[in-house]
Amino acid sequence: MGEKVLMKGNEAIAEAAIRAGCMHYFGYPITPQTEVAAYMSKRMPKVGGVFLQAESEIAAINMVIGVAATGKRVMTSSSSPGISLKGEGISYLAGCDLPAVVVNVQRGGPGLGGIQPSQADYWQTTRGGGHGDYHNIVLAPASVQEMASLTVRGFDLADKYRMVVMILADGTMGQMMEPVEIDNIEPLKVEKPWALTGTGMKRKPNIVNSLYLKPNELEKTNFDRYKKYTKIAETEALAEEYLMEDAEICVTAFGITSRVAKNAIKEARAQGIKVGMIRPITLWPFPKSTYMKHADQCKAFISVEMNMGQMIEDVQLAIECKKPVTLCNRTGGMIPKPEEILAKIKEVGGVK
Amino acid sequence: MAVVFSKPHSLTDKSLHYCPGCTHGIIHRLVAEVIDELEIEGDTIGVASVGCSVMAYDYFNVDFVQAAHGRAPAVATGVKRSDPSKIVFTYQGDGDLAAIGTAETVHAAARRENITIIFINNAIYGMTGGQMAPTTLPGMVTQTSPYGRDVEAVGFPIKICELLSNIEGATYLERVTVNNVANVKKAKRAIKKAFQNQVEGKGFSLIEVVSTCPTNWGLSPQKSLEFIETDMLPAYPLGVYKDITGEEK
Amino acid sequence: MAKVTFKTDICKGCALCVDACPKNIIELSKTELNVKGHHPAVCIDMDACIGCAACATMCPDCVITVER
Repeated sequence: MGEKVLMKGNEAIAEAAIRAGCMHYFGYPITPQTEVAAYMSKRMPKVGGVFLQAESEIAAINMVIGVAATGKRVMTSSSSPGISLKGEGISYLAGCDLPAVVVNVQRGGPGLGGIQPSQADYWQTTRGGGHGDYHNIVLAPASVQEMASLTVRGFDLADKYRMVVMILADGTMGQMMEPVEIDNIEPLKVEKPWALTGTGMKRKPNIVNSLYLKPNELEKTNFDRYKKYTKIAETEALAEEYLMEDAEICVTAFGITSRVAKNAIKEARAQGIKVGMIRPITLWPFPKSTYMKHADQCKAFISVEMNMGQMIEDVQLAIECKKPVTLCNRTGGMIPKPEEILAKIKEVGGVK
Repeated sequence: MAVVFSKPHSLTDKSLHYCPGCTHGIIHRLVAEVIDELEIEGDTIGVASVGCSVMAYDYFNVDFVQAAHGRAPAVATGVKRSDPSKIVFTYQGDGDLAAIGTAETVHAAARRENITIIFINNAIYGMTGGQMAPTTLPGMVTQTSPYGRDVEAVGFPIKICELLSNIEGATYLERVTVNNVANVKKAKRAIKKAFQNQVEGKGFSLIEVVSTCPTNWGLSPQKSLEFIETDMLPAYPLGVYKDITGEEK
Repeated sequence: MAKVTFKTDICKGCALCVDACPKNIIELSKTELNVKGHHPAVCIDMDACIGCAACATMCPDCVITVER
């Protein structure tokens, strides 16, 4: 075991990225993720890496494309409005099959929204966010330790599958401090024969491109890419099950809301209600089988979200609407209180 | 007899898709000749843009990445920062560089990114069928300025070399054209210097090439070359707009 | 003594070489059509060629090889 240090979530992401071999980071200030950029600006020069504050979110994601095209690990981070701007570049990364890690420390929306924590970019992130047919792998940390470990895992998955991995955190996760251990990281080594390294006059040029003027070729590329997505859905879905063995009510939540929900579940259990929780760690691929496994056993599901109800649709799909799914939500930067979730558990469970 | 002129090695054998008489082909060849002469083919990475030159990656015998509209200088920044030993160039038109990509262009210059930009100014969006560009001349008729560019309504042409000459970070800015043999030779000298600057680590070089679009100008290739002389050059005077390569850094 | 060779198949018949030639010995073929459907450029008096490469310099399609 390595040593534990106290870190902010945003800093843990940055340090973990460096430990995972990411030597290039391009950022732009936006609350509440700016600590990632600030940390990188301090650390990168010390480790021989590159930190660059771009002129815009758009420029930053395109610098990411440049580094990714050369086969090196690269990251950018932002918060909701900035992620919208990066949508173009994320689509191009997908179209070019380039690996990269993009962090979204969410804030309230739409528009400029607010600077308080939110989970309102669930749809944007899990559905792609930019134009065209594609997915990102989406990882949702629920502790500062996971901010670090899922970032490392994100780089490995990005390289393994040549795609964008998004870390979907929120303002609370970014700002909170917890002990974290980031030692003993062994990044996955992946050969990248497609990378732009100069031909050295020894091979044919490598071309990184997302343009297909012949529709049959673009169709084939998209079909092939979706075969990859199917494989990922079968092998990479991750979820935590909490007190689910005998649960009659299943609360489901990701990220910060899962921590609040745990407190509510503990209290409900103390009052004799058989309730548990499924916490998806991969939001795409959504861990459908974990939900299906409990669809018969549970009489109801409660989706706790900090948005107007987005993940709830994936839960309904995952259990093929076998049981009712109720929304328990706050939005606009408000965090649900344990009492609110407890009240919803009691309401759904028919407990007075 | 010896061969004194043939296709440069760093151009592929693929037939160019450009319209007959379009000077893109001449400029592609000049870039390739320079890459050959500087013996940097194996170390060069190109960044293609969006517009007529979108498929530049098919024509150069070097590694290439295709960038989104206007983003080539940012992508080139990433490539260059990843491996500064590589020679990185973008090839962009006026819509790409001077409209949607203005910010990326200005800030790459401000950072003195050690890259080379080949900027094709033919005062029109060619690929999409001849719409008004940021560089379209006042009064010029295009598909989206059918009554001529009305500067009162849509503003004035952007002159990139003049604009960037005020950017402290810019190293070398020159405007050239390719409307006759003498000017083609001058254009090649400028392009060569722009690549040589990068090899020597001198920073941001941009060569603006005043070019033609016979198809969308509605002129023959010959008349298009004359239009450069009579209409384009008075608005876009040739010359070196900035060169600090001789100065102490 | 000089010689110009045209890769006739890729010529687009733009005639920029015709105008560039100081000896006026290049013209677009009046009889031939290439695979692209253009009348390609041809040299009508090779003996008069001085190998200046003006034609090749102005050719956008690398059609012309010059020997001297």
